[in-house]
Amino acid sequence: MIVTLIDYGAGNVTSVAGALRRLGADVHTTDQPEELTTATCLILPGVGHCAALLRSLDAHGLRQPLLTAISRGTPFLGICLGLQALYKSSAEAPELTGLGLLHGNVDLLPQTVKLPHMGWNQVRPLRDCRLLRNIPCGAYFYFAHSYAAPAGSPATAATCEHGHEFTAILETERIFGVQFHPEKSGAPGTTLLDNFLRLAV
Amino acid sequence: MSLAHRIIPCLDTDGSRVVKGVHFEGLRDAGDPVELAARYNAEGADELVVLDIAAARDSRPTFLETIRRVAEQLNIPLSAGGGIRSLDDARSVVRAGADKVTVNTAAIERPELISELSREFGAQAVVLAIDAKRENESWQVRVRGGRVATPWNALDWAQRGVELGAGEILLTSVDRDGTQSGFDLALTAAISRGITVPVIASGGAKLPQHFLEVFIEGAADAALAASIFHDQVQSIRALKSYLQSNGVEVRLPC
Repeated sequence: MIVTLIDYGAGNVTSVAGALRRLGADVHTTDQPEELTTATCLILPGVGHCAALLRSLDAHGLRQPLLTAISRGTPFLGICLGLQALYKSSAEAPELTGLGLLHGNVDLLPQTVKLPHMGWNQVRPLRDCRLLRNIPCGAYFYFAHSYAAPAGSPATAATCEHGHEFTAILETERIFGVQFHPEKSGAPGTTLLDNFLRLAV
Repeated sequence: MSLAHRIIPCLDTDGSRVVKGVHFEGLRDAGDPVELAARYNAEGADELVVLDIAAARDSRPTFLETIRRVAEQLNIPLSAGGGIRSLDDARSVVRAGADKVTVNTAAIERPELISELSREFGAQAVVLAIDAKRENESWQVRVRGGRVATPWNALDWAQRGVELGAGEILLTSVDRDGTQSGFDLALTAAISRGITVPVIASGGAKLPQHFLEVFIEGAADAALAASIFHDQVQSIRALKSYLQSNGVEVRLPC
């Protein structure tokens, strides 16, 4: 299985690639637009600032090929900022436009709790969540973020709570996203990535 | 359902080997960082910190290689520090596989370093390490392994660090470090309640109740220890079971 990992010059590409290779995937990292349109399976990792990700996608001319690939049904997984980029906009970078595939805006978590939301937390599935298959109920995943996507959308498959409820996992037919870092989430994270690879076949 | 309290083993290295000493002195060998990292990852550590305490120019390439080899062992987050003085130093550590960068002395000398790192990697990747020593009713920031005083009060410096973009504070009690007499609860609580980002308490851990106290009375978000884990005085698994049975939310590996 060839996985195309979008390397936009920042982020956790190395550890995501390592985790996928340990699962037997053939990982190809790229920042070339044409390689996105021909990919059979796409992962957008992300860590840091939302503006850096969106600007970098545009600087490399990756936005349109990515949208084209996703609209054609290429299986896609966004990790952390890679999930947030799917929304229309983010309060972290209000001057920029997100990929706009999902309704709603990414917002700062309530400042009634410590931010960043940093560490291990549990997720609550709202329905049969394909990414959570074979993962024990109550498993913890590693989060490191201050901004989050709203929980109310039909694409939200599981939520987490820190200050308020937000989207932890989103699933449409071919679009997947996780707010936490599966590559840093121990055995449950590994199983989740394996689930994605199986769904993407 | 809420955020679990983290247990974080720390590997102090001379670049290639884990070393330990009391009050940062009398260093002796405590093992291979790669072997220890693999063990802690399997035992349920929530994160790992690797520090280059020599932080000498000639130990850098070795330290970066250590980070690379340690990172390969882990499916938990890795924080690295020691001798990070510039954005370039931080980039090389992140490229080697660290998820977070820890800064201490260099940030005191040039506080803008915190902002530069935060802009590049995001606040969640910037850990400000503060070594604090009690002076009457407050705590003073020390540098150079706790030996050199600074004009900063620990709470003021922690708040300033957060304003500049630090996403987490690694707070070490210079008075308690290496003594195994328990964390400095008053220090930890004062800092943790006085800032908006998570605090990792460090210095003085030995017994399971030390961890319980620092999470409850000290309001710590995470607790770090080194030699008690290296010497197997304390197993992470047993420690977490103890904490859970005393009502502290922890992640028990499944």
